[in-house]
Amino acid sequence: MVKILNRKKLVPNIHMIEISAPDVVEKCQPGQFVMLMPDKKGERIPLSLADWDKDKGSITCVFMAVGTSTQKLTRLNQGDEIPVCVGPLGKPAEIDKFGTVLCAAGCYGIGAIYPIARALKKAGNTVMTLIDAKAKYLIYWEDRFKKISEKYFVSARDGFYDCKDYIPKVLKDVLEENPIDRVVSIGCTYLMYTCSEATKHLNIDTYVNLNPLMVDGTGMCGACRLRVGKGTKFACVDGPEFDGHEVDWNELFYRRKSYFDDEIRSMCYWERTKKQRK
Amino acid sequence: MGEDKKKLSPELKEVLKKAFNEEWRKELRKSISAKERMKLSRQNMPEREPFERNKDFEEVNLGLDQEKAVKEAQRCLDCANPQCVMGCPVGIDIPSFIKLIEKRKFLESAQKIKETNALPAVCGRVCPQETQCEELCNLNKATGSPVAIGNLERFVSDYEREQGKVHIPKLPASTGRKVAVIGSGPGGLTVAGELARKGHQVTVFEALHVPGGVLAYGIPEFRLPNYILDAEVSYLKNLGVEFRMNFVVGMIRSIQDLKKEGYEAIYIGTGAGLPNFMGLPGENLIGIYSANEYLTRVNLMRADLFPEYDTPVFLGKKAVVLGGGNVAMDSVRTAQRLGADEATIVYRRSRKEMPARVEEVHHAEQEGIQFHFLTNPVRYISDEHNRVKAMECIQMELGEPDSSGRRRPIPIKGSEFIMEVDLVVVSIGNSPNPLIGKVTPGLEIGKWGNVEVHWDTMATSLDGVYAGGDIVRGGATVILAMGDARVAAREMHQYLSS
Ligand SMILES: Cc1cc2nc3c(=O)[nH]c(=O)nc-3n(C[C@H](O)[C@H](O)[C@H](O)COP(=O)(O)OP(=O)(O)OC[C@H]3O[C@@H](n4cnc5c(N)ncnc54)[C@H](O)[C@@H]3O)c2cc1C
Ligand SMILES: Cc1cc2nc3c(=O)[nH]c(=O)nc-3n(C[C@H](O)[C@H](O)[C@H](O)COP(=O)(O)OP(=O)(O)OC[C@H]3O[C@@H](n4cnc5c(N)ncnc54)[C@H](O)[C@@H]3O)c2cc1C
Ligand code: SF4
Ligand code: SF4
Ligand code: FES
Repeated sequence: MVKILNRKKLVPNIHMIEISAPDVVEKCQPGQFVMLMPDKKGERIPLSLADWDKDKGSITCVFMAVGTSTQKLTRLNQGDEIPVCVGPLGKPAEIDKFGTVLCAAGCYGIGAIYPIARALKKAGNTVMTLIDAKAKYLIYWEDRFKKISEKYFVSARDGFYDCKDYIPKVLKDVLEENPIDRVVSIGCTYLMYTCSEATKHLNIDTYVNLNPLMVDGTGMCGACRLRVGKGTKFACVDGPEFDGHEVDWNELFYRRKSYFDDEIRSMCYWERTKKQRK
Repeated sequence: MGEDKKKLSPELKEVLKKAFNEEWRKELRKSISAKERMKLSRQNMPEREPFERNKDFEEVNLGLDQEKAVKEAQRCLDCANPQCVMGCPVGIDIPSFIKLIEKRKFLESAQKIKETNALPAVCGRVCPQETQCEELCNLNKATGSPVAIGNLERFVSDYEREQGKVHIPKLPASTGRKVAVIGSGPGGLTVAGELARKGHQVTVFEALHVPGGVLAYGIPEFRLPNYILDAEVSYLKNLGVEFRMNFVVGMIRSIQDLKKEGYEAIYIGTGAGLPNFMGLPGENLIGIYSANEYLTRVNLMRADLFPEYDTPVFLGKKAVVLGGGNVAMDSVRTAQRLGADEATIVYRRSRKEMPARVEEVHHAEQEGIQFHFLTNPVRYISDEHNRVKAMECIQMELGEPDSSGRRRPIPIKGSEFIMEVDLVVVSIGNSPNPLIGKVTPGLEIGKWGNVEVHWDTMATSLDGVYAGGDIVRGGATVILAMGDARVAAREMHQYLSS
């Protein structure tokens, strides 16, 4: 069993969870993920590493509560245990000296991109950050990003920031006004797709951390397969970072939705039975 | 890939001869003449009614009872030259365990098997006996109906477990030497058992959260119930084997790290877990699974019990499984049990070339599975939600034999036709797991991605590192993996002792 050291809500619907995982910490690198199971009857789900503490032997993930597994995670507290947390899995993000890198993130991706942004900064890049959120109150870890970013942008729809536009517009302006050599993007599929589309005609290298459904996370099942360029790739071992200009987005959108009805059934079942269980 | 070891070692010959000459064996042989024994007919394994069992995941075979087992044991001629043993990759002293059954010494019989096979309840269920021990049985040559060695093996090991009298052998004093076993498939479990019994300190590292490899995530409950595997694993725990689950060697620790941590001998038993696809247009449509994913969702994650368990699986109405091996049979029978109106095998060669075990094909047919032979898919057709709704197939004919000795299927021009489907399971084989090969400098990898070994010792190109089973052979069998494991364990013990 794996111990939960901390779990707290960062903003509505998005939580961070800190897990004691000394085996994971030793080798983990930015861009990698873990597979975890919230309880014995749960699913194995992938979560990106948002931070880690070598001395404490702990890792931190940020997750959005969207379905049964993530809802179950929101109910965990310090001292609780979960049966499975395995990792680090997947290839690390490519970290090199690229010049100026724009890190564009939304929802859970704000957490997931943080170690990549930090490593890029450390590797000598000029880091710029673009956070996408519906409204100010959904933004977290702002101070962390401000510390490592040369420039910090937000695209939000609530008028608090000086922008009323959705990410495509803000991104376009950012790309026009700044000498960006590379874009890295993590968040919902739509955000990653939008970023990739925006940079395509500008020929700016754009890398995305894809989030297809997974089962084992070790390359054994092919659940996470998707078309990238000419071939089919397994996101858990060939990725999760891929060239955004090569991804077959349409396929990914559909594959991610493939169990929609079941997910709702699962949620309803859990809602109905959780009281008896706890 | 692979090599069959159909030779008896001098030591084994000696063991067999000694047992053969024991007084009680002589008497037992005399008690019924060989002629009489040959007249007895083979005891059938009782099984559940096909149309009852094809709706649930309970075991299909029910096992022999004591009377049937003793009767079957009487058929064994207790040959001076027991050919059967040559067919068993782990070299079980088959006549001894069978004669102990005839004497009704069931517990002793179970222990006899465990001297060389740590997983008898598994092997008794899934070994392809008809092409291993039973094929070579002298009675098979004489009458065409071999002794039911596998069924007897299953009987005694079930008996032992059900009596709750599992015998834990006395262990020698600890040698203090650390051994790492990577992968908890049948190969890894065998190495672990053998070396623990020699007093070494064994740790099994497993990537998944349940031990057993294919036995756990692949082979369905109706052929190999989980509690059987659990019992075999807890036997190993009782021998002092430590299991580290959720531990992916290559990601969490490298082989070099394990060596640094004091593991002197290492066994790689990571299996053939990489599913092959055909590369057809539309293969990534929703509703198309690899057999690994499909079976893992059901066997490991219990999607059959969704929504009590959280992992879902598509329940096809028109389910098609591509392939002709054991994996394909397991998948198609699973689809039927999950409620498919039609569950069909599509196989590009003819019935004769199917690699699946005869018993499995027979069971599938009884249960109402349909077979489309000499048929191959060409592309998949999707509905408006990117979900598979049909499959274009082409008819095949058989040409000259290929390198595997089977006749090569050739497409017949113009024979394309459309088949409606809503669930496809691609079951055309698995390749060796590439991870460890990729991250271990100096480990020699063959052209199929397999780890290269010296077949007499199962030693890899790295000192102290051994390998066996599917990672070396590609998709093979449980018992071949265990045979490799025994050779490796013997060598690893020597390596540790020198
Ligand atoms: C490599 C990798 C890393 C990931 N890292 C993270 C991470 O750090 N934090 C995180 O929250 N998620 C992450 N995800 C996604 C995460 O695995 C899923 O959110 C999770 O499996 C959902 O499980 P569930 O049972 O709660 O929801 P389900 O019941 O499986 O899904 C409910 C519905 O929500 C949709 N959905 C699921 N996830 C998301 C999402 N992230 N955004 C928008 N809609 C979604 C689904 O398509 C589905 O329709 C990652 C995925 C991958 C492949
Ligand atoms: C559905 C199905 C049905 C079958 N039916 C039969 C049958 O009836 N009879 C028969 O004889 N054979 C059958 N087989 C074949 C048989 O199961 C295999 O040949 C056998 O299991 C191989 O054993 P193994 O020890 O080499 O590895 P596996 O059983 O493949 O186990 C390998 C284990 O290693 C783990 N692993 C992989 N990589 C790592 C890593 N890096 N770190 C840690 N752990 C790792 C895997 O998770 C897995 O648990 C079947 C196979 C399948 C898939
Ligand atoms: S282990 Fe398999 S091959 Fe060996 S005797 Fe038993 S059934 Fe036959
Ligand atoms: S060859 Fe057949 S008859 Fe002879 S000892 Fe073996 S099982 Fe018995
Ligand atoms: S999740 Fe199974 S292969 Fe990637």
